[in-house]
Amino acid sequence: MNQIPNRQVICETLLRLARLDPDIVVLTSDSRGSAAMAPFAQALPEQFVETGIAEQNLVGIAAGLAHSGKKPFVASPACFLSMRSIEQVKVDVAYSKMNVKLIGISGGVSYGPLGMSHHSLQDIAVVRAIPNMAVLLPADRHETKKMIEALVEFEGGAYVRIGRNPVQDVYSSDEYEFRIGKAIQLREGQDLTLIAAGETVRIALDACELLTRDGICCRVLNLHTIKPLDVDAIVAAAKETGRIITLEEHSVFGGLGAAVAEVTSRYCPVPVHILGIPDEPAIAGKTAEIFNYYGISPENVQQIAHRLMQKQEMYE
Amino acid sequence: MTSTLELKRKSIQIRMDVLQLIHGAQTGHTGGSLSNSDILTVLYYSVMRHDPSRANWPGRDRFIASKGHSVESLWCILADLGYFPKEELKTYCQFGTRLIGHPNNKVPGIEMNTGALGHGLSISVGMAMGAKMNGEPYRVFCLMGDGEQAEGSIWEAAMAAAHYKLDNLIGIIDRNRLQISGGTEDVMGLEPLGSKWEAFGWQVTQVDGNDIPGLSDVLHAVPLQRGKPTLIIANTVKGKGVSFAENQPEWHHHVPNDVELRLALEQLSAELSVYSE
Ligand SMILES: Cc1ncc(C[n+]2csc(CCOP(=O)(O)OP(=O)(O)O)c2C)c(N)n1
Ligand SMILES: [Mg+2]
Repeated sequence: MNQIPNRQVICETLLRLARLDPDIVVLTSDSRGSAAMAPFAQALPEQFVETGIAEQNLVGIAAGLAHSGKKPFVASPACFLSMRSIEQVKVDVAYSKMNVKLIGISGGVSYGPLGMSHHSLQDIAVVRAIPNMAVLLPADRHETKKMIEALVEFEGGAYVRIGRNPVQDVYSSDEYEFRIGKAIQLREGQDLTLIAAGETVRIALDACELLTRDGICCRVLNLHTIKPLDVDAIVAAAKETGRIITLEEHSVFGGLGAAVAEVTSRYCPVPVHILGIPDEPAIAGKTAEIFNYYGISPENVQQIAHRLMQKQEMYE
Repeated sequence: MTSTLELKRKSIQIRMDVLQLIHGAQTGHTGGSLSNSDILTVLYYSVMRHDPSRANWPGRDRFIASKGHSVESLWCILADLGYFPKEELKTYCQFGTRLIGHPNNKVPGIEMNTGALGHGLSISVGMAMGAKMNGEPYRVFCLMGDGEQAEGSIWEAAMAAAHYKLDNLIGIIDRNRLQISGGTEDVMGLEPLGSKWEAFGWQVTQVDGNDIPGLSDVLHAVPLQRGKPTLIIANTVKGKGVSFAENQPEWHHHVPNDVELRLALEQLSAELSVYSE
């Protein structure tokens, strides 16, 4: 089982690239420990900016640095970065088209028992609705590395959301093609498509395995980029498999599921079951307990899939 | 009113409870809960007008934990005062609990949900303003962190409190000189902190925030000036009472292991016996 959290991979990747490119700068808001950025701060103090506990200032400063030709990567808890700083994200980064990369750490319900102030379950919805912002979630450590490498080359605003704990590998290595905006088909199938991003990709793969045993052949899409969206892959999934289940560590409103449904409803209406956290302050607990409680599990996906196959998910 | 000796014993007991709570759940903010235990003890057992059997009594003084992460000390005090059964402390941070890792106003005794830093003072300004509008005599006590002072919203609230002459508002800064990444003056310099608050129109005083008699004197004397909000800089030691946790940045959220818990409880029991006849 993989022991390396994605945040550590981000630090290592940025450190490696920043040694070659002095314009890469990292900013934190008393978050270097939780972002695993302490090694960066230590190794390249000239390319590191600490703002203290001031997330709005953090993003505003990053926008100013970007305007001065720097390539800022901002690392702060997803809950604060996507809420406290959102106007700076909208106006200073997105509207003025600044090249700022926002890394939302400890996303979703990573801070399980700390309550709604520390959960980020609306971040994808909020950032996705802002023009000029890309939204990305890596599925594992290999994808994290490739995503950060791609983002260093990418010009513009982007929000990356990762969880706190190590994730089980989805990929066996980084020997695969990763392109921002291009979904990756992990399993081929004709009966149903599971679409996931970030932490939930692993759950989709496990659900796919359970369903294979039941004789249901699932397609699995890793939608690592929620914006810009891979419309082709979603339309193909709708046309070729006729049913979709989306899995996300996010509110059922406005996130990955909504993005998928926006596409299918226009180009190929098919049943889309959006699995995520319902519209309530999430129950307290560890990530696994919370996922289990809300049915974000391979077993529940299996049940939903059976219902979809039998057309039992009709509105009454 | 409770004697300062009794308060001292109480605050040591609260520290012991906090350590056991955090050790039991294997999560929590140890350092800040220990640094602010004396402040909370004086407020809850001596200064504030409140009634655990009537948590929503309209005349109660309000307490807002703007540094919501130090909720452990608050849970232990509220349980000790009977706001909820002590038994329930076992559920702290467990699946489905209401005793989460930040203040939760589903629990009697908690006014507002906090946890995101920099919100508490604005909420407190609103409450103090509300008291004035409604002609109510209650006061609002807001506890902030020193690292938290970097949030711009605090200064927006500071300006508003002075503008509206909210002398029923008392801000307290747990000045333990540490935040997560290290010393406050290294991470984002705050000094001269008192002059900044004075410049924002507050009546400012400094006190040893781990000294019960000193705290008691100043907190019983508020407002320090009619027509002005009061700001108390309580100089504290993060991790106070446990020698190996004191002034150690890692103890911000370090969870004591079995040995550390035993040693810490030994130190605190020894201190307790000094204050017991
Ligand atoms: C808006 C916001 N940003 C970041 C955090 C994460 N955080 C929790 S505690 C803390 C450090 C607080 O330091 P300080 O205010 O000095 O409190 P104390 O030393 O008393 O624990 C940080 C950054 C938060 N809770 N809220
Ligand atoms: Mg502090």
